[in-house]
Amino acid sequence: MLRHRSSRSDARDDAPFALVEKIRGAMRLAALDPRAVALGLAPGLPLADARARIPELVVYDADPAADLRWLERIADLCDRYTPMVALDPSDGITLDITGCAHLFGGEAGLVADLESRMHRWMQGTTGHLRHAFADTPEGAQALARFQTVPAASEDAALRRLPIAALRLEPETETALRRAGLRTIGDLATRPSAPIAARFGEEATDTLARVLGQADSRIVPRRALPALFFERRFAEPIARTEDALTVIGDLGEEAALVLEERRKGGRRFTARLYRSDGQIRDLSVESGLPLRDPALLVKLFSERVEALADPIDPGFGFDMIRLAVPSLEPMMPTQLQLEGGAVTQEAMAALVDRLSTRLGRDRIHRFAPRDTHIPEQGVLTLPAVDAPTPAVWEKPQTGEPPLRPLHLFDPPQKIEVMAEVPDGPPHRFRWRRTLHDVTRFEGPERIAAEWWKRPEGTGITRDYYRVEDARGHRFWIFRHGLYNSEKREPGWYVHGLFA
Amino acid sequence: MADSSPSLSVLRRRISHIEQQRPISEGVQISTGHEAIDTAIGGGITRGCLHELFALDPDDAGSVTGFAAMLALRLGGGILWLRQETVQKVNGRLHAAGLLEIGLDPARVIVAVLPDPVSVLRAAADVVRCPDVGVAIVELWQRPAALDLTASRRLALAAEASGVTVLLLRVDAEPTPSAAQTRWAVRAAASAPLEANAPGYPTLKIELLRQRGRPAGGCWQVEWDRESAVFRPADRNADTPIRTAPPGAMVSLPRGGSDAAPSLVPLRRTG
Repeated sequence: MLRHRSSRSDARDDAPFALVEKIRGAMRLAALDPRAVALGLAPGLPLADARARIPELVVYDADPAADLRWLERIADLCDRYTPMVALDPSDGITLDITGCAHLFGGEAGLVADLESRMHRWMQGTTGHLRHAFADTPEGAQALARFQTVPAASEDAALRRLPIAALRLEPETETALRRAGLRTIGDLATRPSAPIAARFGEEATDTLARVLGQADSRIVPRRALPALFFERRFAEPIARTEDALTVIGDLGEEAALVLEERRKGGRRFTARLYRSDGQIRDLSVESGLPLRDPALLVKLFSERVEALADPIDPGFGFDMIRLAVPSLEPMMPTQLQLEGGAVTQEAMAALVDRLSTRLGRDRIHRFAPRDTHIPEQGVLTLPAVDAPTPAVWEKPQTGEPPLRPLHLFDPPQKIEVMAEVPDGPPHRFRWRRTLHDVTRFEGPERIAAEWWKRPEGTGITRDYYRVEDARGHRFWIFRHGLYNSEKREPGWYVHGLFA
Repeated sequence: MADSSPSLSVLRRRISHIEQQRPISEGVQISTGHEAIDTAIGGGITRGCLHELFALDPDDAGSVTGFAAMLALRLGGGILWLRQETVQKVNGRLHAAGLLEIGLDPARVIVAVLPDPVSVLRAAADVVRCPDVGVAIVELWQRPAALDLTASRRLALAAEASGVTVLLLRVDAEPTPSAAQTRWAVRAAASAPLEANAPGYPTLKIELLRQRGRPAGGCWQVEWDRESAVFRPADRNADTPIRTAPPGAMVSLPRGGSDAAPSLVPLRRTG
C-alpha cells in the first residue's frame, strides 16, 4: 500500500509507522509499514492496544480519498502500457497485457520499465510495489497480494495461497477456515457441489476464476476508444508546437484508416504523457464527422489557445496518443457541380471552431419542446450536437406576433394598475418608467403543468399583449388568480415584441 | 486616339485586375419591399457589407432585434447571432418562438452567447470570414471600448471579401465613426389596432442616419408583413399621433433608378 509521508519533523525515519482510521467508534490501525508488521501489529488492531505494545509507533490519519486519487494517477501512468487498466481498490491496479507485453520486451521488460518509472515517481514517498502475472485478473490479484515464496508453476503458486486470497465475505472465509480448509488448494481438491451448497456459489465461482478454470475479464476504467494511434519518443519533446505537429501526424494515420473504413469521428482526444507520469488530456468535437488531419490540427490548436491554464510540458512528453472514441459513417466528400465542396461543411467547421474555442455550451441552436410554458418551450442545444435543424410549426396566418422576441428569464417584476380581480393592466412601471397602456389583448391563460406536480396544482398566469403610448409592445402577465390562488397576485413583464 | 488606346486598354485591364481582387459582391442588393426605402438606398440593402442598426433607447431593444431579424429574413442564408452574456441575463434571451412569429425559421439561426464585447468581436471576425454564413448579427450594447473604427473597418473588409452581410446591432448607444455602408435608427411605433383595440402587427419607425456615397436622411414608419415577408407603409390613421416627421417621400423624388444603371456597368466602351 502506498502512502504519502507527511513531513513531520519529530518523526524518526526508522520508527515503525501506521495509519489509523475510525472504525465502529474506535481508532483502529488501517495500514502498517513492514517494520510495524514485523513487530506483530496487524490491521484492525485498536490504536490504544498498539500504542501499549509499541510506544514509539508513529501514527497518521488514513485518507482513503487521497489514496484513491493516488491510485488513479498510477492507473493513468499504466495507461501507456495497455488501454485495459482497471482499479482494484484500495491498493491494486490490474492491467490486461494480452498482446501488449512484447512491445516492451516481454513481461519482464514491462515490469522493469514500470518499476523504474514508479521508483522515479515515488521519490519522497514510502511504498512497496508487488506484481504478479496470471491467466485471470483474480488470480493475479491473489498472487500479488498473498504470494510469499516462489513456486514452480502458476497453478501450484495459486493452490498454496491462503483462503483469504479469494477475498470472500468475512463470514464465508471464517466458515471455510473453521471447516479446516486453509489454502486454495484444500478447497480446489474438494468436489464443488457440496462446497457451493454449504458456503454459497460465490465461493466456487471465485475459486474457478482465481484458478483460471472460468473466463474472467477486467472492466477497463475508461471505455476503449474505437481507434487509437500513439507515438513514443526516445527523447521527450517539450514544445507545444511539436506536440501539435505530432498530433497532426497521428491525425494523418487516423485519416488513412478512417477513409478505408468510410468512417469519421466526431470526437478526438489527444493524451499527452509527461515523462514524470503526469497526463494531460485535450479533446475536440465536431458537428459533422471529420477525418481531415488539417482541420483536426486546427481544432486542436484552437483548443490549446483557449486553455485557461497552458500546457506545462515539465521535462517533456515522452508519448502522445490520439484516440477516436467512436466512429460514425462518413462517405467520400461529394463535390458540387459548379465546383467546391458542399456548402454545409464550411458552416459546420465554423461552428466546430467556435465551440472548441469558446465552449460547446456557448454556441447553440434552438429546438422546439412540447410544452405550453413559454420559457420551457424552447430548448437551446449545443450546435455541435444538433447538426440537423429542427422543424418548427408555422404560426397562423393573419395573426400578429403572439410571442415576444426577447424573453426575460426570470420575468421582471412590475407595478401595475389594473382592475381587480381580473381586469387588464392600465398602467405599469417597469425599470422606473411609467408606461400607459393604449392597446391590449388578453388574457391568454396559461395554467401550470398540474399533471406533473405532485400536489396537482400550480399557479396560473394570465398573459396580456399590451402596447404603450410610445408604441412599445410588451408581454406581461398576472401571476395567480385573485383570492383563489393568491391574495395579491404579482405582475411581471415576460418579454418584448418588435 | 490611336496611340492612346493601347495605354488606355492596359489601364483598363489593370483596373479590372484590381477590381477582381475584391469579389463583386457590391451591387447585390436585396429589396426591403418598401418602395421609398429602396429608392433612398439605391435598390435595397447591400449584401456583403456592414450595416449598423441603432436603438438609442434601451426600451427599443425589441424593435431593433425585430428589424434585424426581418432584414436577415430578407437577405436569406444561415444566420449567426452573436450576443453578450451579461446582456442576455439582464435584457432577455432571444426567443425562438418570437422569431418564428416574425416569420424567421429558428432552425436557420445559430446563437453564440459570449462573455464580453471583445470575444464577441473576435468571434464575429471568424464568422464574417466564413462564406457560407448568410447574415452575421453582432449585438453589442452601450459603448464597448473594443468597438472602434478599426474594428468596424475590419468587419466591413472581411464582409466584403466573403459576401457575408453583417448587421451590427447597437442598443443603448450613440453613433460613432464607423465603416458601415448604412446606419439606421430604429424605434417602436404605435401599431394599427386590430379588433377590440388589440396591438397590431410589428410597427417600426426607421430612420436612415447615414449611408456611404449617397445622401442620408429619411424616416419611415413601416409595418412588417409576415406572410409576404415585406415591409409596407404603416397605416396613416395609426401613426398620426406619434409621428413627428413627415415620411420620407421627398427623398424618393430625385432618385428614379436612373443612377443605378451606370454603377452596375462601370466599364462601357464608348469609342
